[in-house]
Amino acid sequence: MSQTETATPAPKTSHGHQPHVLKPERSRLGLMRPDHSKSVFIDWLTTVDHKKIGIMYGAIALFFLFIGGIEALIIRTQLIVPENDLISAERYNQLFTMHGTTMIFLAVMPLNSAFFNFLIPLQIGARDVAFPRINALSLWSFVAGALVINFGWLLEALQLMGLFSASGPTAGMTDLAPSGGWFGYAPLSSKEYSGVGTDFWIMGLQILGVASLTASMNFIVTILNMRAPGMKMMRMPVFTWMSLVVAFLIIFAFPAITIALGQLMFDRTFGTNFFNVAGGGQPILWQHLFWIFGHPEVYILVLPAMGIISEVLPTFSKKPLFGYSIVIFSGAVIGFLGFAVWSHHMFTTGLGKVATAAFSLLTMAIAVPTGVKIFNWVGTIWGGRIRFTAPMIFSLGFVWMFMMGGFSGIMHAAAPADAQQQDSYFVIAHFHYVIMGGIFLALVSGIYYWVPKVFGKMWTGSLSTWVAVLIVVGLNVTFFPMHFLGLLGMPRRTHTYLEGFGWSSYNLVCTLGSYILAIGILLLLVDLIRCLRRGEPAGNDPWDARTLEWATTSPPQVYNFAKTPVIPARDALWSHKHGPEGKKITYEDDHGHGIHMPSNSWMPLIASIGFVPLGLGMTLKQAGVPYMGSFAIFGLFVITLGLALWALEGPGGFHLHPDEDDA
Amino acid sequence: MSDTATAHHDDHASLNIDNKKLLMWLFLGSDCMFFGTLISTHLIYRKIYPESFDPTSLFSLELTSFSTFILLMSSFLMALAVSAMHKGELKSFRRNVLGVIFFGLIFLGCQVYEFAHFVHEGLTLSTNTFGSTFYMMTGTHGVHVAIGVFWLICMYFYSHTGKMDAHESAVDVEIAGLYWHFVDIVWIVIFTAVYLIEFI
Ligand SMILES: [Cu+2]
Repeated sequence: MSQTETATPAPKTSHGHQPHVLKPERSRLGLMRPDHSKSVFIDWLTTVDHKKIGIMYGAIALFFLFIGGIEALIIRTQLIVPENDLISAERYNQLFTMHGTTMIFLAVMPLNSAFFNFLIPLQIGARDVAFPRINALSLWSFVAGALVINFGWLLEALQLMGLFSASGPTAGMTDLAPSGGWFGYAPLSSKEYSGVGTDFWIMGLQILGVASLTASMNFIVTILNMRAPGMKMMRMPVFTWMSLVVAFLIIFAFPAITIALGQLMFDRTFGTNFFNVAGGGQPILWQHLFWIFGHPEVYILVLPAMGIISEVLPTFSKKPLFGYSIVIFSGAVIGFLGFAVWSHHMFTTGLGKVATAAFSLLTMAIAVPTGVKIFNWVGTIWGGRIRFTAPMIFSLGFVWMFMMGGFSGIMHAAAPADAQQQDSYFVIAHFHYVIMGGIFLALVSGIYYWVPKVFGKMWTGSLSTWVAVLIVVGLNVTFFPMHFLGLLGMPRRTHTYLEGFGWSSYNLVCTLGSYILAIGILLLLVDLIRCLRRGEPAGNDPWDARTLEWATTSPPQVYNFAKTPVIPARDALWSHKHGPEGKKITYEDDHGHGIHMPSNSWMPLIASIGFVPLGLGMTLKQAGVPYMGSFAIFGLFVITLGLALWALEGPGGFHLHPDEDDA
Repeated sequence: MSDTATAHHDDHASLNIDNKKLLMWLFLGSDCMFFGTLISTHLIYRKIYPESFDPTSLFSLELTSFSTFILLMSSFLMALAVSAMHKGELKSFRRNVLGVIFFGLIFLGCQVYEFAHFVHEGLTLSTNTFGSTFYMMTGTHGVHVAIGVFWLICMYFYSHTGKMDAHESAVDVEIAGLYWHFVDIVWIVIFTAVYLIEFI
C-alpha cells in the first residue's frame, strides 16, 4: 500500500520492475487464444477484465447519451413555437420513441453497468466477477442490441448518402425507425400500424435482455460468493448492496417484457392473436406485461443512483452513513414494492374500484422507504465536516431534485389526480425530474467521484462547478414549466400545438432550458477529456474515502489486489486508517503460488456478433427482403459456433507474481 | 490449467455453494418468471376462447398422461445418474444418462406428434387465442427439453474422453440434473393447468 506511481493494468506498459510474463497458456484447441500482449486493440476486444469492460460500458453509454440528447434537442426545437413545421408528425413520433428507448436502455442502464462492473469486485475484494467471459458476452451483446435498435437510423443515413434506397426488394419497407413509443403499446406496435422500425426495436430489446439477464446473474453470484474473507453481507458497501437488489429486480422483471416482446413478434411474424383484437386478443395484456417489467425498471434505474449517493455523502461529510442497515433494508423493500405497483400505470384503463384502491395504497407506500433514505442522507450530512467537491455538489443536487420528482410522483399515486395528469406534460415533468434530476445527477456525481480511481487522474480546475451550475439550472428551466403545461392540459406526444392555449411562452422557456442543459453536458465531456489528458496523478485514496476500492492502486492492477484483503469491519478502509489496531485490513499470504488470472477470449465477441445478423435477418425477412431467412440462420450459426468453441477452449489463465511492495 | 483457474475463483465461495450451481439456481428463478408469464397468459385467455371452441375435443389425455409419466421416469433416472457420478461410478452414470436421453426423445416425439395432429385438425398459431398461447407455451417447454437432451448427449460423449474428474464433473452433472428436474416440474404445472383443467 505504499506507492503512488502510475501502475496501469495494461500488461505491456513500462512498470519499471514488472517481472510478470503475461503469456497465456495454450487453449485446449491449441490456437485460438488471442495474443493480447501484442495489440491494445485486440486486448480490448477480447478482454475479460471487469475494469476494462466497465470502462467500455461507460464510453458507449456516454456516446448514446449524446445521441439521445440530440434526439431530445430536435424534439424541443420542434416545440419552440406554436405550429412549427420543422419535422413531420411521423418523424416526431420516431424521435420521442428513440429518445426514450435510447436514454433508458442505451444510456442510463449501461452507465449503471459501467459502475457495477468497475466497482463491485473492487468493493468486495474480489479479483474479478464470478464469470469473466460471461461478463464480456454481456457487454458485446449489449453492443449488438444497441446496433439493431438503431438500425433504422443507419438505414436512413445510408439513404441520405444514396447508398441505399427503399425500392426494388425493399420497396415495402416503411417507418425505418420505430414510432410506437418506448412503451410500445399494442395495437400501435402491431403490424397494421407500424413498419419495420418496430421489428428493429423488438429484436434489439430482446438482445439487450440477454445482455442484462446474463450480467445480473453474474453480479449476484459475484456478490454472494466472491466476497473477501470478513466481508459479511452487512459490511458490504451500500453501492454493492443496491447493485445486488437491482440484479435481482432484473432477473425477475425482464422475463415479463421478454415474453411480451416475443408475443408481439409472433403476432407480427406468424399472425398469432395475443394483441390482435379481431382474433380475440387483448391489447391490455401488453400494458400489464409491460408495466410488470416497467415499474421495477424505474427502480432498476434509480437504486444504483441511491447507492452512489450513499457512498459520496459519507466520504465528503467525514461521517459514516447514517443508519446503514436502514438504508439497506429500505432498498430491499423498494425492490419488493417495485413489483407490486405496476397497475398504477393503468388506473385510467378501468381496473375496478378494489384494484385501483389497492394499487393506489401500495404506490403511496413505496414513498415511505424512499423518504427514509432521504432522511438518512440528510442525517449523514447533518453536523458533518462537508467538503464541497464536484461529486458532493452533484450529490446534493440529486437529493434536492430527486425529492421534487418524488413529490410529483406521490401526486399521481392518487387515482383521481392521476386521471387528470395521465398523458399530460405533468408526467413528463415528473419522470424527467426523477431520471435527469435524480438519476443523471447521481451518475455524474459517481463519474466525478470514481474517475480518479478508474484512470488514476485527478480532476482539475473549476470547470466542474460550471458543469454543475449549468446542468442544474438547465434541468429546472427545462422541466419545471412542464408541470404548468401539464396542468394547463397540454398532452404529451403532440408534435405541435396551436397558439392561444397559453402554452407558447412555457414551451419557449422549456426549449431554451434544454439548450442550457445541452451546453452543461457538453462541458462535462470537455471536463472529462481534460482530466484524462492533463489530470495530475490521483494517488490511491485522493478523497480520504471509506470503502475497499480506494485501498488499491489507481488505476487498479489487472488482479485488483496483490493479496486478498481480510476485512475487519464495515467501512473497511476508514477503520484501517482511523480505527483501533484490531480493525486494520490484513492481507492473506498466497504461499508463493502467485495470482491466477483467466485468459482473454475471442468467443464472447464472436457469439455476440452473431446477434446482429440474427436480429437483422429476422426483422428484414419480416419486411420481405430476400435471402434474409438465411442471413438469420447464419447469425444463429455464428452464435452457436462461438458458444461451442467457448465451451471447448476453457477459461485458460496465466500466473502473475506481483512484487512484494505492490498493494 | 483451466481447472485451477476455476478452482481459484472458488477459493472464497462465501456461501459454500459452487458458483456454477448458484448461477443455475438464478437462471431457474428467472425461468420461473418466463413460464409464469406464458402460463398465466394462457389461463387469462381461457375466458376469451371463442364459444364454439372446445380444447377437450382435441386433447388426448392418454397421450399426454403417457408423456408426463415418461418425463417423470426420466427425472428419476437423472437422479440416479447424479448419485452415480457422486460415487464415481462412470458406467452406471452413462447407463442412466442414456435412459434420460431416450425418455427425453420419446417426450419430444409425443409433442411433435401432438402438434402435427392439432395442425391437421385445423388448430394453428393464428387460429385463435388458444392456438397462440398453447403453441407458444408448450413450444417453449419443448425447446427447453430439446436443449436438455442436447446437453446430456454432449455430456455422454464427454464421459468417454476420460477427462471427467470426480469433483468438478460431479458438479456439472448436478447442474444438468437441476435443469432437467426443473423442466419436469414445469411440465407437471402445464399438464395440470392446461390439459387437466379442461376436463374438470
Ligand atoms: Cu494456479
